[in-house]
Amino acid sequence: MTIAAVAGPPKVRRRWKQPSILPGFGLAMGWTLTYLGLLLVLPLAALILRPWELGLDGVWATLTEPRVLSALRLSFGAAAAAALANVPLGLLVAWTLTRYEFPGRRVLDAFVDLPFALPTAVAGIALTAIYAPTGTLGEPLAALGIRTAYNPIGVFIALVFIGLPFVVRTVQPVLEDMDAEVEEAALTLGATHLQRFWRVVLPGLAPALLSGFSLAFARAVGEYGSVIFIAGNMPLKSEIAPLLIVIKLEQYDYAGAAAVGLAMLVISFGALLAVNALQVFLARRGRA
Amino acid sequence: MSPAVRLPGLAPLFLALTVAVLGVLIVLPLGVVFQQALSQGLGAYLEPLKEPDALAAIRLTLLVAAISVPLNAVFGVAAAWAIAKFEFKGKSLLVTFIDLPFSMSPVVSGLVWVLLFGAQGWFGEWLREHDIKIIFATSGLVLATVLVTLPFVARELIPLMQDQGSDEEAAALTLGAGGWTTFWRVTLPNIRWALLYGVLLCNARAMGEFGAVSVVSGSVRGLTTTLPLHVEVLYNDYEFVGAFAAASILAGLGLVTLVLKTILEWRHSGELSARRRH
Repeated sequence: MTIAAVAGPPKVRRRWKQPSILPGFGLAMGWTLTYLGLLLVLPLAALILRPWELGLDGVWATLTEPRVLSALRLSFGAAAAAALANVPLGLLVAWTLTRYEFPGRRVLDAFVDLPFALPTAVAGIALTAIYAPTGTLGEPLAALGIRTAYNPIGVFIALVFIGLPFVVRTVQPVLEDMDAEVEEAALTLGATHLQRFWRVVLPGLAPALLSGFSLAFARAVGEYGSVIFIAGNMPLKSEIAPLLIVIKLEQYDYAGAAAVGLAMLVISFGALLAVNALQVFLARRGRA
Repeated sequence: MSPAVRLPGLAPLFLALTVAVLGVLIVLPLGVVFQQALSQGLGAYLEPLKEPDALAAIRLTLLVAAISVPLNAVFGVAAAWAIAKFEFKGKSLLVTFIDLPFSMSPVVSGLVWVLLFGAQGWFGEWLREHDIKIIFATSGLVLATVLVTLPFVARELIPLMQDQGSDEEAAALTLGAGGWTTFWRVTLPNIRWALLYGVLLCNARAMGEFGAVSVVSGSVRGLTTTLPLHVEVLYNDYEFVGAFAAASILAGLGLVTLVLKTILEWRHSGELSARRRH
């Protein structure tokens, strides 16, 4: 009986790793997994498990506190609005930098990355100084009746600043590589410049614009340093979600802070999944 | 590229709009930092930088970066070696995990350490019994900084090493070189500029990090304030010139990073990961 069981077709041993003549896999992989385990997985486990000390009802109660709800709404709403504003702005900058040659182009190009390189707290106090009611731009805007700093609009401005490089840097390489032949064909067939832009160039850029949008959005949702100075942090009006985590921690409400943190992670993950699905849809339609 | 769409005639308009966008959005904030810092003259600018608290903050910032950046550099090389040179299951999952800190709020990256090591954290009791302090101490600042900057070096090395393949290493090994010799003599020279690039970005973020460290620091002036936290403390005390003076050092760091990064992109573009080539 046992023999019959053994005599089946020879099993192909499925390897987890393909053989290689290079050494060091064990060491490199071991170090990578240990490091990630201690510095990423363990902390994330705490974030995922701690909120449930409150029970399901407690977590729900925390997340539906008016102050928490309004902060989550502001963080996600302003992030989406800023990322959306970054799409045309980023496209404009990327377009000028790739399609035209002019003196100082490379310097301008280098400056695009400044929001990456400038510490967020520095950006925060600088933007506040500019947009405060007495600031360079804040004063004329206030004269027009537009309050920017200490307002949700201030949050939006800071997030546009933070997100711009993401869109420029994802669109730029696609614009550089864009097949000139396709545009040429459109020209031969009598398309005008504007038609070529709308019908040929823009559809080709759509996936890149979308990933630029999602990168800018993901960064903006969690942004803290550049926002808290300009936001004014008025409860129910201009408090962002990360600030609420800080406030809850100051009150030693660890589980509540973790609940807000986890909710932010879950919502942004869901939003990114939706954008990815849209990306796949666009790619499929592009191929069809 | 000559037949590519250029929308001729609109060039001056596009250029003007681009300069306006980048000028208002990006260059103006940078200029304001220095203008505000120097608004009361050079003496008033230098004064707050000589304060013991400011010097302590600079020292702490350098210390935290000096620990976090090498840790993440070694991790980046190890992870890139495993991921780029070998084929195994679950690779894309591992890469996704390495990228995860990029999509976490900095505040969450600080929060998780409080959940573990804070007074009511999982290990809080044990730490108190053994008189070890992590939260509100330098080690907490290092942990938060390491988590925020974890992907930087790995992100630069993985795509480059995947492009390079492992033929050169295989040749060296066949000719009798040992594993470490191959790494030092073949691999490292191939990736050095990308490694430097990753370290540069990692360091800029490590020194400038604000959200994550503000959660674990407790902002004890002169003790647990890094330079970005020192900026906040002064700003909230209405010491604006001091705040902008400290901020100007950080802005200078950002500018130096930008210049070095641009030089690397121009001089060594072939030896950086493809998306960094200009």
